[in-house]
Amino acid sequence: MSLLVVESAGLQTTVQDFGREGYGALGVSASGAADAVALRIGNLLLENKAGAPALEMTLTGGTFLFPDGAVICLAGANFGAQMDGRALELWRPHAILPGKRLTLGATRDFARCYLCVAGGVGVADFMGSASTHLLSGLGGWEGRALRKGDVLQIGSLQMNIRRRKLRPGVLEILKPEKKLRVTRGPQFDWFSEEARGALENGAFVVNEDSNRVGLRLDGPRLAMRENAEMISEGAPVGAIQVTPSGQAILLFVEQQTTGGYPKIANVIGTDLHSVGQLRPRDTIRFEEVSLVAARELWIERKKLLGSEERLFE
Amino acid sequence: MRFQAASDQTLLVYLGEEIGAATHERVMRLLRLLQREPIQWLRNIQPAYCSILITFDSSAVDHAEVQATISELENRTKKLPPVSHRLVEVPVCYGGEFGPDLDWVAEQRGLPADKVVELHIAPTYHAYFLGFAPGFAYLGDLAQEIAVPRLETPRKVVAAGSVGIAGRQTAIYPQATPGGWRLIGRTPLEIFRTDREPMGMIAIGDQVRFRPITQAEFLAARRA
Repeated sequence: MSLLVVESAGLQTTVQDFGREGYGALGVSASGAADAVALRIGNLLLENKAGAPALEMTLTGGTFLFPDGAVICLAGANFGAQMDGRALELWRPHAILPGKRLTLGATRDFARCYLCVAGGVGVADFMGSASTHLLSGLGGWEGRALRKGDVLQIGSLQMNIRRRKLRPGVLEILKPEKKLRVTRGPQFDWFSEEARGALENGAFVVNEDSNRVGLRLDGPRLAMRENAEMISEGAPVGAIQVTPSGQAILLFVEQQTTGGYPKIANVIGTDLHSVGQLRPRDTIRFEEVSLVAARELWIERKKLLGSEERLFE
Repeated sequence: MRFQAASDQTLLVYLGEEIGAATHERVMRLLRLLQREPIQWLRNIQPAYCSILITFDSSAVDHAEVQATISELENRTKKLPPVSHRLVEVPVCYGGEFGPDLDWVAEQRGLPADKVVELHIAPTYHAYFLGFAPGFAYLGDLAQEIAVPRLETPRKVVAAGSVGIAGRQTAIYPQATPGGWRLIGRTPLEIFRTDREPMGMIAIGDQVRFRPITQAEFLAARRA
């Protein structure tokens, strides 16, 4: 194994993989990469396992020293990565020679950039996953975001890397969108006509107070037809729950597993990676689709992501 | 039983419409069966008071197929013996710095603080389900006489082991997390430890009793 030294960590940099789904009965939400599509593509470009642990950076990246060198791939948002003053392109493998530094800055487009390393980032496994769960301080690197001075183990530098390339058009299909497709939530009928209309036609702004647990969406107040008391129940990732004041909250990867707020809609699986790339102050809209349509989209997306032939040249 | 699609990849199964032991028993039985059956498309099971949220691989099955499987399983639960309940005893040091909201609760409900404690330790609670954070068990039913609403603004950090109340529920915060429940005491026990099997001290279906301890006992337990 080789080392990665964190010289500056950026705003919020954590170790993430595909998360630990399946522990709901223990009160544990899956966590995992906010943009699982970027993580997958970044890893596959390095011929890693699709869900190999990588560093997820948020809005502003860090500076990382590779004393032993490495092969890396940056995926997701463009944080203006540089090595020795030379810009490093996203979505392709790069060899970093021993002693070199990778420097990232503020985002130029989306919210999250993944630093994938050939051989992955080595952290202790917790409940079958390397993902950090910040809210509960579990998993990943000491259960927390990286700090200056942290030294992580990574896969070794191999000089005989194959220069895998994405097929033209793939990134266009997988591009994060600001229009999110939703299906009706379990309490959709509890909401007023105006609320349902506002969901379909209104614009919502991602509040600064948003994170991996959930995104607060400012916009039209989503009122209920009457004040009904709800019994807490399991809430899916991507659920749009509404507080008594009418505030919409989109539950995300580190979500509370259960909740007592009514849910008007739910972002479809195919569009969840777009949520992971939303920045504070972004304006988003929703578009209702049927369960059948959502399923077809998911099957098609899974086929694309599972086919190396369709992804790579 | 009632079904409701919650998202394109989840189905809510409602096993009752009211919080209580009878519905909890139905939730537990279906949960046990779901945990035992090797179902390929099953990705996650999230039980709650009256429901189970099923997350499934929607490329393999649709909502109707999941519903059919669950209906068939639920039928089979009727032949299962009653679920047995483990009893867990939790020592708690009430009030003072460990229970900063105890006096507020007492004042709100017009009771002396010791009466609040007495009412809190009286019942044997059901661990209805775990949610919010790893190992966080929703315990009920709290006595109506000490039921209070949550904080308007949750605390940014609640110490691990804090015992809180909200509505007809009580719970122990397993980790230091944000929290909106009214804190009346703290346990020296480590409710959730990653180096222990099982990691959580309280599992769904357990019965829980609280036992008051002094600050000296709390500190002694922490040192042990």
